[in-house]
Amino acid sequence: MYSLPSFATLGAMHKYSIFSLARNAMGYHEDWTEAWRSPAPQPSYDVVIVGGGGHGLATAYYLAKEHGVTKVAVLEKGWLGGGNTGRNTTIIRSNYLWDESAALYEKSLQLYEGLSRDLNYNIMLSQRGVLNLAHTEHDLKEMSRRVHAIRLNGIDSDILSPAQVKAAVPIIDISPDARYPVLGASLQKRGGVARHDAVAWGFARAADSRGVDIIQNCEVTGIRRQGGRVEGVDTTRGFIAAKKVGVVVAGHASVLADMAGLRLPIESHPLQALVSEPIKPVIHTVVMSNTVHVYVSQSDKGELVIGAGIDAYTSYAQRGSFHIIEGQMGALIELFPIFSRLRMLRQWGGIVDVCPDASPIISKTPVEGLYFNCGWGTGGFKATPGSGWVFAHTVANDAPHPIAAPFALDRFTTGALIDEHGAAAVAH
Amino acid sequence: MFLIQCPWCGPRDETEFGYGGEAHIARPAGPETLSDADWADYVFMRKNPKGVHLERWVHRHGCRRWFNMARDTYTHQVLGVYQMGEPPPGPEGGDG
Repeated sequence: MYSLPSFATLGAMHKYSIFSLARNAMGYHEDWTEAWRSPAPQPSYDVVIVGGGGHGLATAYYLAKEHGVTKVAVLEKGWLGGGNTGRNTTIIRSNYLWDESAALYEKSLQLYEGLSRDLNYNIMLSQRGVLNLAHTEHDLKEMSRRVHAIRLNGIDSDILSPAQVKAAVPIIDISPDARYPVLGASLQKRGGVARHDAVAWGFARAADSRGVDIIQNCEVTGIRRQGGRVEGVDTTRGFIAAKKVGVVVAGHASVLADMAGLRLPIESHPLQALVSEPIKPVIHTVVMSNTVHVYVSQSDKGELVIGAGIDAYTSYAQRGSFHIIEGQMGALIELFPIFSRLRMLRQWGGIVDVCPDASPIISKTPVEGLYFNCGWGTGGFKATPGSGWVFAHTVANDAPHPIAAPFALDRFTTGALIDEHGAAAVAH
Repeated sequence: MFLIQCPWCGPRDETEFGYGGEAHIARPAGPETLSDADWADYVFMRKNPKGVHLERWVHRHGCRRWFNMARDTYTHQVLGVYQMGEPPPGPEGGDG
């Protein structure tokens, strides 16, 4: 594969290290070079990736690194990581019930564990543990089943008593007269959080250094086909020919599928999150609760990062209803009475593409050379590197990666759904 | 937060309503002759448009009756409500 030699060594030339930090400190940090180029689109590419979020950039990076496909463009309608990559609550875990999901999310977590070194970019992975609370007898039994299934898949998972939960999170209310008493929790110690912007930027910089063109402010407006084969994409910056097109969008999968005459089993919903004013460290892990439906962690800046569920209706507006936030704050204060007088700093929404079985679609399509990686619902961030890894393989070989094979579009015809609704430790 | 015009109760807050997804999905005739792909299309595939969406709502905490609504999924503008079984009104009715 052809790649631009002058850029092939870019990453090596500008490797980030303690020495580059010291060197740039002497220059008052005025000499840092841009992390990636902003080239004009070329007339044609081997692979065009639609969507410059974490998943799309990871796909491009692994296409170049693992499969030697470097004549690749990533087209982003806005700015890198400005969609759901920058709107999530940054939680990473792999404690999924079904084998298919466990394989996918565990692959992703393993890649995360080596990602900062691999990308030469600090993604600030913090494996502070993820707690999933149980509030009812049914929760306890379901949790026990799930923990054992997860351990059988070789993934770390533990059960905590209420006292152990209290020891891990001293500010939590475990009194038995609470509206939803804490009866126990599952814990994945290797779970945690990472800096979501850094994941996007790290993948962008590493992909760029291997010759991938990252083109921002370039919206795809059409997918050209000829005789059942993809020819390229129409964009706001003109037509770009491509032998293969990989669509890796969140929030617009149905819109892109419509351009290619395909129907998807996806509905798009708003999902909101918010952060509090910064406070001193009070919560050292990630706490999720399915029953009261809230999840919370504390950022390095001291803000509580709080997320909840989706709005029931479909939307593309990147905002949700206030009563959803009201419900999640009620649940938060029920669990952590200490937060009752905390002010919330800002709130935002993203659009999540939800499949009927709450599992993603990583698939070839009836159009030759056109691939979709979408439908990650409310939990795509944790899958970013794994998603890119298996999708790059799928695109490069025109055949699904073994881990991705169960997630093909045809599962809705065969009935082999991967039903993670309610099975994946938190409601989707 | 939407202000929704229930055909029977008038304008009410969104929290009183339940959402029922895409409207006008007819159960296919001759189910015994239907292919798996046709079943998949009926059961799982959805229009999910960015723009006018014809959808079902129920006044769950009110009269508990179902009705259809045309709503823009990008601007959140409610374009009109109409009763179950009625064809979608006007040009904004789309191809439902």
